[in-house]
Amino acid sequence: MKKTSRRDFIKISTLGVGGLTMLNPVLNWVPGFMPKEKTPVDESKAKRFPTFCEVCFWKCAGFTYLNDEGNIQKIVGNDDDPHSNGRFCPRGTGGVGLYYDNDRLKEPLMRVVENGKSVFKPVTWEKALDFIADKMKIIAKKHGPESMALLYHASSGSYFHHMLEAYGTANAAKPSYAQCLGPREAAFVATFGAGLSSPEPTDVKNTKCLVLIGNHVGENMHNGYVQEVSDAIDRGASIITVDPRFSTIASKSKFWLPIKPATDIALLLSWIHVLIYEELYDKKYVEQYAFGFEELKLHVKNYTPEWAYTQTDIRPEDIRNSAYEMAKASPAVIIHPGRHTTWYGDDTQRLRAMAILNALLGSYGRKGGFYFPESKKVPEYPSPAYPHPKWTWKDITKPTYKGAGTGLANDLIKASLPNSESPYKIKGWFVVGTNLLTTVPDKSITLKAIQNLELMVVVDTMPMEITGYADIVLPECTYLERYDDIRSNQHRYPNIALRMPAAEPRWQSKPGWWIAREIGVRLGLQDYFKWTNVEEELDWKFKQMGTSLEEMQKIGVKVYEKHKPLYLADGEEYFFNTNTGKIELYSIDLEEKGYDAMPRYTEHKQPDDQFYRLIYGRAPMHTFGRTVNSPHLSDLMSENTLWVNPSVAKIWDLHNEQYIWLKNQDSVISSFPIKVRITERIRHDSVYMVHGFGKTNDKLSRSYGKGIDDTELITNVKIDPIMGGTGMRENFVTFVTKNPHQKEQNA
Amino acid sequence: MRYAMAMDTKKCVGCSDCVVACQTENNVPHGFCRDWIVENVDGTYPNLEMEIRSERCNQCEDTPCVRTCPTGASHIIEGGIVKVTHVECIGCGACIQACPYDARYFHPDGYVDKCTFCDHRVSKGQDTACVAVCPTKCLYFGDLHDENSPVSKILRERKWKVNAPEAGTKPQVYFLI
Repeated sequence: MKKTSRRDFIKISTLGVGGLTMLNPVLNWVPGFMPKEKTPVDESKAKRFPTFCEVCFWKCAGFTYLNDEGNIQKIVGNDDDPHSNGRFCPRGTGGVGLYYDNDRLKEPLMRVVENGKSVFKPVTWEKALDFIADKMKIIAKKHGPESMALLYHASSGSYFHHMLEAYGTANAAKPSYAQCLGPREAAFVATFGAGLSSPEPTDVKNTKCLVLIGNHVGENMHNGYVQEVSDAIDRGASIITVDPRFSTIASKSKFWLPIKPATDIALLLSWIHVLIYEELYDKKYVEQYAFGFEELKLHVKNYTPEWAYTQTDIRPEDIRNSAYEMAKASPAVIIHPGRHTTWYGDDTQRLRAMAILNALLGSYGRKGGFYFPESKKVPEYPSPAYPHPKWTWKDITKPTYKGAGTGLANDLIKASLPNSESPYKIKGWFVVGTNLLTTVPDKSITLKAIQNLELMVVVDTMPMEITGYADIVLPECTYLERYDDIRSNQHRYPNIALRMPAAEPRWQSKPGWWIAREIGVRLGLQDYFKWTNVEEELDWKFKQMGTSLEEMQKIGVKVYEKHKPLYLADGEEYFFNTNTGKIELYSIDLEEKGYDAMPRYTEHKQPDDQFYRLIYGRAPMHTFGRTVNSPHLSDLMSENTLWVNPSVAKIWDLHNEQYIWLKNQDSVISSFPIKVRITERIRHDSVYMVHGFGKTNDKLSRSYGKGIDDTELITNVKIDPIMGGTGMRENFVTFVTKNPHQKEQNA
Repeated sequence: MRYAMAMDTKKCVGCSDCVVACQTENNVPHGFCRDWIVENVDGTYPNLEMEIRSERCNQCEDTPCVRTCPTGASHIIEGGIVKVTHVECIGCGACIQACPYDARYFHPDGYVDKCTFCDHRVSKGQDTACVAVCPTKCLYFGDLHDENSPVSKILRERKWKVNAPEAGTKPQVYFLI
């Protein structure tokens, strides 16, 4: 092994792309941020404030520490928090960078026309909020309040949700459903009568076998999950990873099955075949809890490993041996459902196949499989009932996508298009903490919809691309400067967490709860906001939950007693919330809705000559585009790279670190170039990049033009017929080695 | 007392949390780091192996950096931790040249800086910032002279190696394999 050095780290590690040494330390020094020779914070004496992280949805709880000058210095996990167990991930640890980023939105901005050109003019909060409320009143009169929609992801979204429901609309969607985990929720509802929600109740710390279908834990830093996987490795649990890429977790797996992309269902069906026909499934469990076994048995009869090999490139003996490995561990085995599951359009059925495998292995409701989570209900602050909207997202979505569990961001966007024939038309958007142009694929549709809106309000902390299209941009302060609604997620034990500010909001930024309330009051909805300060609202809620704001400000996290067991007792009677009350291997619900009752395999398109499947994923130090401009985290990875197999690089005469552009099957060319990383870790028919880079707003000084935004190349969207998710992995790219934008620049 | 660290290459996912936690703990300026991640890939698709390591100053027993320092700024404190007294450092860079691990860097304020095994924390019985934060718990720290310390225990249980043993510096950061 060659001598390692800091310089090598730049070249060879996944982090090293253009990283540390390329940055000019003087230019990147934030004045006043870290004065010379400051002594480290003494945790026993320093001031600290509880928070939970906003850098990703895992929402780990911790404490923000101030240094001697009274400035935010660091964030450390709260030992009592089951999401973090006292250990933050790199993004959470680097969360201070979101606060210190001088590129943040600083003041409310209003779109005005000056000299025939649209420009943003800084305005007072008063003016911005009055403008929004006036417009909303006009929209309510003209089109009905239902025509306002909320597209959101941030924690403060709940306050906007409340304001908009009081106003009269229930049209809301998070891209995290239809662009991410929707298919798995729909599949688990169809199979077990319950979705999985977040954090997933996978009992990884007790599992003997963890099966990952494209799930790249360790590169996704879902904190508690990563921690439990590490514990599982310590205990000698076996890991089976199915991925066309040699992911980090593939390198720690007993079986890495380098699958031909888009053939996962073939593999899953052949595993089901092996378990059933070699009688390796949990017979007692299936007999007691499952419905439709005989139909399933007949259904998978021909899905042999030998057949699957022809589709997946995975050898029959590897399929069998990995199935035996699962059966050996049963019921302490998890076919992990993953999170980002919108791939090829038949995603709910792929996740159904995974759910069925879990059922056959008896892992649902069993130790080392899936546990039964519990959460603490947060009471609603007393306010009048919401008005009953005349129509909702269900009227838009449900006739077509009968399995949709929540509003679909892509469907609400489509309902905003000028030529929408539907009677349910969206005329105004609140976009809170989500950069729709990089979260929802095929941005040409989003841009068309935006042109048709009568009001578009964007609430964000950063000048993300979506802000550029708003009528009004409202600068929200970061999570380190604000209170938010109580975190109450499911876990093994019910628990709650408080987020409170550790610093005053910088510039003129304001907390989301304040913004939502101020708009509400202007709309005449005071009765829905009887509290004047959120501390009052939170304290009332905490007191109903046996604590108080004062206590929570000290402890940050409170864990409650459990009321139901984690696992099924041996032979326990259990009612699953499905049509039959059983685990539905054969789904009556899907059949009644006109879908396949059991997952079928369909061949998907493979890349044409000179094209490669575009696969995207995550890096542990970034949460998509949300963090790429952070002073701390961009230090670790400032641009994405394009992973290319050496055999492909040879054909194209590509070199490491060479910048190239990409063109997709629809002739869409990337705005920026990307650095080539030649590596054996990717299949010859695919290329890989980390999602979230290639920012096109030059106000993002650390991330503008760095790398490629995969979303701009995702123009072929395969919609899941069951729940309406946007499958994004049937896009193919080819290489452009000469700058395709050169002409435009010269013109 | 002899402080040492062990890092489990089987568990590390290379997330760089150790790098960020060190930066926010020790005020490491942007663009620099006292610890870092190395990833080595061997083989050809699909027969591949990968090792990920979190690396830092090895706090060597035989210290070429201290030996070459003309001012005595580089020195060894209790527990074998190699430190730099910043005000005594003239930034000549001899130690940087001497270090076989490239573990030192020029601080923009004009001195040489490096990992201190968070002596300000360990002297109070806390773990180093990197050990305390690691989500995979792949870092072990402690006193090699105490047979019950986490590092002593894990080195007894597992196979290990050190980086560049041929340099003869007797490094005290161990990699579990």
